[in-house]
Amino acid sequence: MSGELTIQNLVWIFVAASVVNNFTLSYFLGLCPFLGVSGRIDTALRMGMANIFVMLVTSICAWFLNSFVLPHAPYLRLISFIVVIASTVQFVEMAIKKLSPDLFKALGIFLPLITTNCAILGLALFQTNRAYGFVEGIVFALGAGVGVTLALVLMAGVREENELASVPEVLRGAAMSFLIAGILSLAFMGFAGLFSGSA
Amino acid sequence: MATQKDSYEELVKGFWKENPVFIQLLGLCPALAVTNSAINALAMGIATTFVLVGSSFLVSLLRSLIPKQVRITTFIVIIATFVTVADFTLQALAPLVHKELGAFIALIVVNCLILGRQEAFASRNKLGPALSDAFGMSFGFTVALFMLGSIREILGSGSMFGISLFGPSFEPWVIMILPPGGFLTLGVLLMIFAWMKKRREEMDASTSTMERAA
Repeated sequence: MSGELTIQNLVWIFVAASVVNNFTLSYFLGLCPFLGVSGRIDTALRMGMANIFVMLVTSICAWFLNSFVLPHAPYLRLISFIVVIASTVQFVEMAIKKLSPDLFKALGIFLPLITTNCAILGLALFQTNRAYGFVEGIVFALGAGVGVTLALVLMAGVREENELASVPEVLRGAAMSFLIAGILSLAFMGFAGLFSGSA
Repeated sequence: MATQKDSYEELVKGFWKENPVFIQLLGLCPALAVTNSAINALAMGIATTFVLVGSSFLVSLLRSLIPKQVRITTFIVIIATFVTVADFTLQALAPLVHKELGAFIALIVVNCLILGRQEAFASRNKLGPALSDAFGMSFGFTVALFMLGSIREILGSGSMFGISLFGPSFEPWVIMILPPGGFLTLGVLLMIFAWMKKRREEMDASTSTMERAA
């Protein structure tokens, strides 16, 4: 266990996962959607919401597998994570479609796509490596999801403005996106100072 | 003869014309996350090569047995199996590198490059072309990773494979081995490639107009 279950500890896990070790900008997880759907702020926001949601489901699945199944067969870790997470997300998607069509519409195509995103499997693996319990896992997933959403929305904001600017021809497209992401990442480095204060 | 030439083309296309990282922008997460030193980049490249070649081999062999509806799931299970093997092998042979790479070895499973090659190539082609395609793509991936890793290590710690290049007076550009350096290096490399492509096109255009004038 990574410490006792105090509010302070949980807040620290949340802050660490959302800004200090931001999944997108400092672990490079989930870069494909980060570059793919960060064209407009509202799409980015919805993508982020779907991400938070899938991360929560993943965290619960991973906790369940870690405590009941995997002690007996550790070599099945990767396979079972992927298969269980993908199918659970599918089931949840069907349930949402039935129970709340509005929410389903808001999340849209992003929900199934996210399942194959490296941020999701990364979350499950980090949670396992750090031996988080149930509550810690959920807080960690929430923090990571908020962090990814934050990065997506910031990136989308910058890119919307950037559309209007005159960028040199060789820089247009992917190159510019990477440079913007680099600068954003540089800004997030500033949060690293929080580590020495509380750790 | 014709098939031999085709295989050769499948092999070299991954290196430059369809380079997975620089042209197709696939497999970016590991490409940026583990390239803070040349040795890590190389280890990641080799592990990915093993997984890609192994799964292309199996998928191509089994392609007529895999039902269309569940093919993606089947591919993922095959890939995950090879990744588990790679993970345990690396842990046994090079525990230090394994510790550096951490969860990123396991994350090869969700590398879109590998699944993409299975879906687009290995499941539709015979063993020969599928293998040369897998080798070509993973070679291109390894080279791209190695390029990123060397640039970042030379600028960020002033060394190559851990051997100091410039002596103690060198002030390392630390940001290059930190996360922002990955984004910036790839951005600058992409810019250079776009510039080279543009120049080549301009030169082609000018020679063709000259020919027409003559």
